[in-house]
Amino acid sequence: MEVMLLQLFNGISLSSILLLIALGLAITFGLMNVINMAHGEMIMIGAYAAFVTQNLFLAALPEAVFDWYFVLAIPVSFLVSFLFGLILETSLIRFLYGRPLDSLLATWGVGLALQQAARSIFGAPNVAVTSPGWLNGGWTVMEGVVLPYKRLFIIALVAFVLLLMYGYIYRTPAGRRMRAVMQNRDMAACLGISTRRVDAVTFAIGSGIAGVAGCALTLIGPIGPSIGTYYIVDAFMVVVLGGVGKLIGSVLGALGIGMANTLFEFWTTASLGKVLVFLAVILFLQWKPRGIIAVRTRSLDT
Amino acid sequence: MGKRRKIWLSAMMLLLAGALALTGCGGGGGNTGSGGSSGSGGSSGANAGGSAGGESSGEGAASGDEGDEIKVGILHSLSGTMAISEVSVKDAELLAIEEINAKGGVLGKKLVPIVEDGASDWPTFAEKARKLLSEDKVAAVFGGWTSASRKAMLPVFEELNGLLWYPVQYEGLEASPNIFYTGATTNQQIVPSVTWLLENRGKKFFLLGSDYVFPRTANKIIKAQLAAEGGEVVGEEYTPLGHTDFSTIISKIRQADPDVVYNTLNGDSNVAFFKQLKDAGITAQDLTTLSVSIAEEEIRGIGADVLAGHLAAWNYFQTTDTPENRAFVEAYKAKYGRDRVTADPIEAGYIAVYLWAAAVEKAGTTDVDAVREAAKGIGFDAPEGKVTIDGDNQHIYKTVRIGEVQPDGMFKELWATDGPVKPDPYLTGYEWAAGLAEE
Amino acid sequence: MSVFSLAPRRVWLLAGYAAAASALLGAPLYLNDFRLNLLAKFLALAIVALGLDLLWGYTGVLSLGHGVFFGLGAYAMAMHLKLVASGGKLPDFMSWSGLTKLPWFWKPFGSPAFAMLAGLLLPMLLALLLGWFTFQSRIKGVYFTILTQALVIITTTLFVGQQAYTGGTNGITGYTTLFGLRLSDPRVKVWLYLVTAVALLAAFALCRYLAGSRFGRVLRAIRDGENRARFIGYDPSRYQVTAFCISAGLAGLAGMLFVLHVGIISPSMMGIVPSIEMVLWVAIGGRGTLVGAVLGAILMNGAKSLLSESYPELWTLLIGLLFVAVVIFMPRGLAGLVDLPAALRRRRERTDAGGGSGGVGGFGNAAGAEAGGAEGVRHSPV
Repeated sequence: MEVMLLQLFNGISLSSILLLIALGLAITFGLMNVINMAHGEMIMIGAYAAFVTQNLFLAALPEAVFDWYFVLAIPVSFLVSFLFGLILETSLIRFLYGRPLDSLLATWGVGLALQQAARSIFGAPNVAVTSPGWLNGGWTVMEGVVLPYKRLFIIALVAFVLLLMYGYIYRTPAGRRMRAVMQNRDMAACLGISTRRVDAVTFAIGSGIAGVAGCALTLIGPIGPSIGTYYIVDAFMVVVLGGVGKLIGSVLGALGIGMANTLFEFWTTASLGKVLVFLAVILFLQWKPRGIIAVRTRSLDT
Repeated sequence: MGKRRKIWLSAMMLLLAGALALTGCGGGGGNTGSGGSSGSGGSSGANAGGSAGGESSGEGAASGDEGDEIKVGILHSLSGTMAISEVSVKDAELLAIEEINAKGGVLGKKLVPIVEDGASDWPTFAEKARKLLSEDKVAAVFGGWTSASRKAMLPVFEELNGLLWYPVQYEGLEASPNIFYTGATTNQQIVPSVTWLLENRGKKFFLLGSDYVFPRTANKIIKAQLAAEGGEVVGEEYTPLGHTDFSTIISKIRQADPDVVYNTLNGDSNVAFFKQLKDAGITAQDLTTLSVSIAEEEIRGIGADVLAGHLAAWNYFQTTDTPENRAFVEAYKAKYGRDRVTADPIEAGYIAVYLWAAAVEKAGTTDVDAVREAAKGIGFDAPEGKVTIDGDNQHIYKTVRIGEVQPDGMFKELWATDGPVKPDPYLTGYEWAAGLAEE
Repeated sequence: MSVFSLAPRRVWLLAGYAAAASALLGAPLYLNDFRLNLLAKFLALAIVALGLDLLWGYTGVLSLGHGVFFGLGAYAMAMHLKLVASGGKLPDFMSWSGLTKLPWFWKPFGSPAFAMLAGLLLPMLLALLLGWFTFQSRIKGVYFTILTQALVIITTTLFVGQQAYTGGTNGITGYTTLFGLRLSDPRVKVWLYLVTAVALLAAFALCRYLAGSRFGRVLRAIRDGENRARFIGYDPSRYQVTAFCISAGLAGLAGMLFVLHVGIISPSMMGIVPSIEMVLWVAIGGRGTLVGAVLGAILMNGAKSLLSESYPELWTLLIGLLFVAVVIFMPRGLAGLVDLPAALRRRRERTDAGGGSGGVGGFGNAAGAEAGGAEGVRHSPV
């Protein structure tokens, strides 16, 4: 019984982590159709931003406030990755709209270069981020069922980011412009929207969210130059399974993969569990070729 | 209008022809001055590949012994996922080479390291090993980390009769005449640590490892040993390499309720496992874990606060108290930065260079067969204490140590063998191991 | 533009082919052992690039899973070589992993003919299985691409996990002989090189023939407008599956040759990264042009080898920047570079004619019809 409860929680937790990894990609790939292979490296940049923030706190501020570095690290990670995304978009991606496969090639190159750059700057070995004291420990629901605060925190963070994104996309003028451009670029341009700026900002936001994911992942995972490679395929799976172009699809996709993974892994082994999950994704796509939530469109070739 | 296509098609063809010539001959970046001596039929085309200075090597010289320099190869992953571990070993090997050169070199000649990147990719290791041996004609190669990279290089070294010095603890069951193993084999790390755990920490073992050869082989040995020595396996789990979510595994550990988790996870997975173990409220007081792949450097990447109290089995710790070690740690930090730490594989890479140098001095030549013969029984006062090359299997005698992680990220030695342990890669000295390693 | 000017061009073309073929076949004369071995490896990889180009450049289907087909072919060959090297005993990794007798599916690989056939047919079979259902369900574009990535993850995880049967992460290595010939013998290596070169030329000829045939034209029609092709009465899925299978078979062939030159196959060679790299070769060389694919594979791998020899600590940075530069400055790859004068001339002719109404789409279609449609790819629905 306890184990079942715990596994249920683990499933939700894994789903939240997957969703956090995939949210940025849901924007850069889902909305903008850029096959962004550098997404994993944006996550890495976010993680290193958290590491640098921590070190600055250690170096410059009294120990008493150290625990709060993480609160600052999240926006810092967002901003750093946002900036990287902005630079990437204006210097490279904007030449590649409508050529999604070229974007794959170029962002793959960017990813390689960023990995090597991180290795040169921070050294090849992993670095450690000390998680803040207030996230240590867990909430004991009952005997044997301890929900770690870090995982609860990540779930809350994902919900928060999701809410913000929803608010931004559907409730602000900027978000409206963004939707307009993504849905019909020419029409939006005709109406006087600066599609250039919207593109740049959208891509940067997607990268920024990847940065937040990187920051959150320092709590539970490693921080090294090549961590991006661990997450990139999962992120694509989530977005594609959910259906390209809809945020809610990514939420469902993450839930599906996360729950299935936890379940399969518990019943079998970690390796076999992974195999089964990906097999399930393949089978599911046979049944629903456009993912869980398909964008309705009347055009034949999309 | 199909004609234009033809024009460029033909142009492409010419380009292809040019490219072929370029790929082959062009050394690129002035690294390999193509000697121009092209052996017909491609056999033994001695291509004078002088990377340093560019003096031409004597035809047929099997070793990098030329003029007043001796070339040695260093082949580790400097990119890709394994770079996190291997770069530091490369640094230690370069340090040893520098020290030896400062003391006058080997046979009065300077050592010139040629560094290559294995890129965490096993065929690349094979390719670069071949390049070092047949193009650069190095006298010896120091390199490798994963068993897979060693297995990939092994046929190349045997074919070209080269020397590989492999610096990492591994799963045993191998003794190639072309490889010297300066890391621990199973009876110098795993077997004694299991015995120690059974005596001191409990009988119920949970075996956790990454899904690859070392953990699976190690666990097979552990299971046989536990069966013979009265232990019990309550769980065995393998996770894919790079696995980062251990919540389910931790649930399974909780269910199995072991006394000891014997951890053979690799690299990054350790970070995720220990962070998440701590979050799940399981501390070193509740559950003993003993790891064989976590050294000082990994602790630095995981965070000492997460690991404090957990155990590891090695042959060397940065805190090992010998005069040689104090000098080694000081030299390493002086060269690479005060925040760097030394660790077992780093030390094993360092002593590999010294052992090879000693063997060359004794042999009076860098010729592979002579060096191999001379290396038998050679001893060296290493940072970990006295080590000696075992002539039978080309492993070295090493002292086994078990340490506990302290809050400062260093180990406190809990236990050590009385003296260096004779290497036994095939575990022939253990009755229970009969049948594990039949040839 | 008459027959008059055509003749020299044909001569040039023939001369080009002849020069390339002789450069390939004559390589043992001017390369040393090590470089020849490298080149042989690159040529094997070029065969994968050819297959991928047929699938991607001509059919518009992007597979990021060719590492799997490559790996299957390679494993088939490796299993045979390992059995021979073990000489009737159990291969070493099996006894470490606790097997006591040879698994049934290893047994037939003792025969070289079976192994080679399997190396070719297994990938094709897998491609048929996956392709049949996938293309029938009209899964296309990026969905198909991601699906192939899932296939990669599944296969590599399985191969790594089933250590007793596949050798795990170590893969299969330690071969000695093929057909009784010692693989380490330099003369055998030259022969193997020649076999690879001939295989590449044959694969090239096959793809060339296919691309020029009616079949190839339908493929291009599907790439440029799948639904249009469907409405005309073709069944795109059938053509796509066929192209996918041929492409997988070529990858399997390449895998078999690769193992012979490199002496090891492990799951890391069939993983996500190599699978993506394969696509990059085609993209760099110029998709939709077969020579481009071959060139791309050889040059990229050559560059990788040489750069990593010269700058072992920085080469990934350089390679990364190279990709970016190629995409920005040479959107059509190396092939586009050669075609540049022609493209410029075309554009000038177009503006001279005053037909500014073409727009992007018009240009793409026209060029697609003319120049093997390298540009047309951009409009393919992915």
